[in-house]
Amino acid sequence: MIEVEGLYKSFKVAQRNAGVTAAIKSIFNPQYKTVQALEDISFTIDEGEIVGYIGPNGAGKSTTIKIISGILVPDSGKCSILGNTPWKNRINHVRNIGVVFGQRSQLWWDVPVMDSYYLLKDIYKIPETTFKSNLDLLTATLDLSALLSTPVRQLSLGQRMRCEIGASLLHDPKILFLDEPTIGLDAVSKMAVRNFINTINQEKKVTVILTTHDMSDIEALAERIILIGKGKKLMDGTLTELKNRFVTHKTVTVDFAASTQDLSIKGTTVLSRTKERISLAVDLETIKVSDVISILSQNFDIKDVAVNAQPVEEIIVDLYKEFQI
Amino acid sequence: MKLYFKYMKVLFKSQIEYRTSFILLSIGQFFIPFLVFVSIFLLFQRFPNLAGWSLYEVALCYAVTHIGFSLSECFARGFDSFSGMIVRGEFDRLLVRPRTTFLQVLGSKFEFTRVGRLLQSLMALVYALLNLDIVWSYDKIITLVLMIASGVFIFTGIYLLSATFCFWTIEGLEVMNILTDGGREMSQYPLSIYKEGIKKFFTYIIPFGTVNYLPLLHILNRAEGNKFLYMISPLYGMVFIIPCIFAWNYGVKHYKSTGS
Amino acid sequence: MKAYYSFFKMRLLKGLQYRTAALAGVFTQFFWGFILIMVFEAFYRSTSSPQPISLQELIQVIWLQQSFLVFVMLWFRDSELFSLITSGNIAYELCRPTSLYGFWYARLIAQRLSGAILRSLPIILVASLLPNPYGFSSPVSLFSFGLFFVALTLGLILIVAISMLIYIFTFYTMSPTGSLLIFGVLGEFFGGLILPVPLMPPLLKSIVYILPFRYVADLPFRIYAGNIGIHEGLQGIGIQLLWIFVLLSLGNLWMKNALKKVIIQGG
Repeated sequence: MIEVEGLYKSFKVAQRNAGVTAAIKSIFNPQYKTVQALEDISFTIDEGEIVGYIGPNGAGKSTTIKIISGILVPDSGKCSILGNTPWKNRINHVRNIGVVFGQRSQLWWDVPVMDSYYLLKDIYKIPETTFKSNLDLLTATLDLSALLSTPVRQLSLGQRMRCEIGASLLHDPKILFLDEPTIGLDAVSKMAVRNFINTINQEKKVTVILTTHDMSDIEALAERIILIGKGKKLMDGTLTELKNRFVTHKTVTVDFAASTQDLSIKGTTVLSRTKERISLAVDLETIKVSDVISILSQNFDIKDVAVNAQPVEEIIVDLYKEFQI
Repeated sequence: MKLYFKYMKVLFKSQIEYRTSFILLSIGQFFIPFLVFVSIFLLFQRFPNLAGWSLYEVALCYAVTHIGFSLSECFARGFDSFSGMIVRGEFDRLLVRPRTTFLQVLGSKFEFTRVGRLLQSLMALVYALLNLDIVWSYDKIITLVLMIASGVFIFTGIYLLSATFCFWTIEGLEVMNILTDGGREMSQYPLSIYKEGIKKFFTYIIPFGTVNYLPLLHILNRAEGNKFLYMISPLYGMVFIIPCIFAWNYGVKHYKSTGS
Repeated sequence: MKAYYSFFKMRLLKGLQYRTAALAGVFTQFFWGFILIMVFEAFYRSTSSPQPISLQELIQVIWLQQSFLVFVMLWFRDSELFSLITSGNIAYELCRPTSLYGFWYARLIAQRLSGAILRSLPIILVASLLPNPYGFSSPVSLFSFGLFFVALTLGLILIVAISMLIYIFTFYTMSPTGSLLIFGVLGEFFGGLILPVPLMPPLLKSIVYILPFRYVADLPFRIYAGNIGIHEGLQGIGIQLLWIFVLLSLGNLWMKNALKKVIIQGG
């Protein structure tokens, strides 16, 4: 459905230092630096997938999204989305996609949301029946009915984001690009947005590509993640794969009937120890968690066990460190 | 075309959301050119003529320019304020919609407050026509209509051109004011009062002279030689928009390869 | 004082960043001046009777107008200040340990000054290189140049005092564009920027002399051109000082009132 092969893109950036002298100098001798924004990016995405596209700031996420939504032309590389090359058949291509930029609005600021929707209906030439049924579905699932008659400037950020997402789905796109859709939203609105993305993905088989800095978005939505850094693709796989590969330690915490017995298990380090509780960091390469628990149960009268993995956030931080990005 | 009117409807709704401001702006838009016109009027009280042109002749010249200007400012304002669209990154949004960028930018903004300016220039037109002794014939009426249409086209073309520059540089656009505001101020007087270089530039390259000065010679029976050429000269002003559209498309292409 | 200085430096730096814009501005102003001169030249050609201001003097006034445009234009706006007022973020400004009137005043002066530094000199320079009837020439005397300088400085102080009133007015209307436009246009007209004051009919001229606007641009520029003599010039400077006193006190008082209103409304 989406095939991307060998995308390259570089930008020229003007260099300028602070201060008056530097400002005057750059009048006569402007300095430029070439920044390689994308280097050999390839991936394939099938219908109905939800893919999290992640990486630190400046990694090239937006550049990729811009290229595959037809806004930018790459230096080289191929891309075929539902048979169209985005930068060659722009108008045909964009009929199939919906785009939400979390930081920007596509709704007309001073008029009720519904007016924007009607205008979009004409822009996309959406047939009356399709428009009606889509609108009904969106109103129901996103709980928009109360919002549609309000001018956009009076909506809260969360309400506006719901309307934005609604707006980009009116024309039945087969692919939805979400660029930081939950940025700045409170917990409740985040949940609503995530639930909705899951719903349309399942019911309408919409393929979703999502960039975000919020790892809980990824955990809640994406089965697959693509990680990029400094313009290169670093990893492509499922969240579980990512965890298996990069989660090297787990923490086992055990509550037991009071005991002062000493204990050392190979492959673990004691994080804390009181009379009734011990907390161990388990190196998964040396020993299995189940083995640790069984050793513990032989020595203590166990009351409660808790096993914690590193949160995804930390994994990502480790990942960034490992790839030095 | 239908879409264009829809855009208009939505934007009209947004503007009248701020009623007081809308009314004040319209009044202001009336006064700006009005005071310029009053100044011209007062100058004619002191001086007998302007290089052989009478007040009413200048008023006709003035009216044609200002009608063209206010109409194009009203309808093609999207291009006039295009730099803001680039700065705010809204142009990306237009590129993910299945319509031409030209139509979408055109529809992105309408400045209905220019109705004040339009009203003022229409008044100047009526004032000029009532006082001028013109024997109207079909060809003269056609010429006048062509002049006004040509004015709209040429200003729109210039807006398009200056919007195109935004793809390369956000700063430095002020120089385009020479062509928009400057062109308006200059062409509100008959072109013949200016120096040769300016006259040539604004006849052949940015053809303001073909919008009002040359056809005016025909209407006022001052034309020498082939009258038909004077009559259709506004068409040359209209053609001016074609290279501007090419430039625009080239600019969009550039934007898509640099993203800035 | 130091805060004002660093604000000024920041503006200047920002202006330098947009050097292409400054260059374009110079070019634009130059073009405008040229067009205006040609229009007036055509008018003057139509009569041989003497006018209250000679074409030569008028050309000096036009070039000064073009180069000191940022000093004399009323519509020169600071949209940041307007949005402060209309968005209610003015609350932050009230927490600052300076008088709001003084701070804004300094800010507006700094803006005009930095704008002028980048634009005035180049225009004056190029204009003085032009061939004789059109060129910009030296002042009639050193004394009148000194007088011009004083009047121009006072004019800047005066125009900012006037524009402060527009900013304060925004506290009440909450939408700056409309009132700014109407104020700006009328100020421009009564200041003699559209129709030179000496060329106005007597009745209009006497109205213009009552209002403060002409003391911003018309007075200093005509002193320079020699159209206003030393004696009348000194008189004009006296009236400038009077207006500055009146408008500054009025602005300060009005600002206090407007702020009271803001505080009562709770932002």
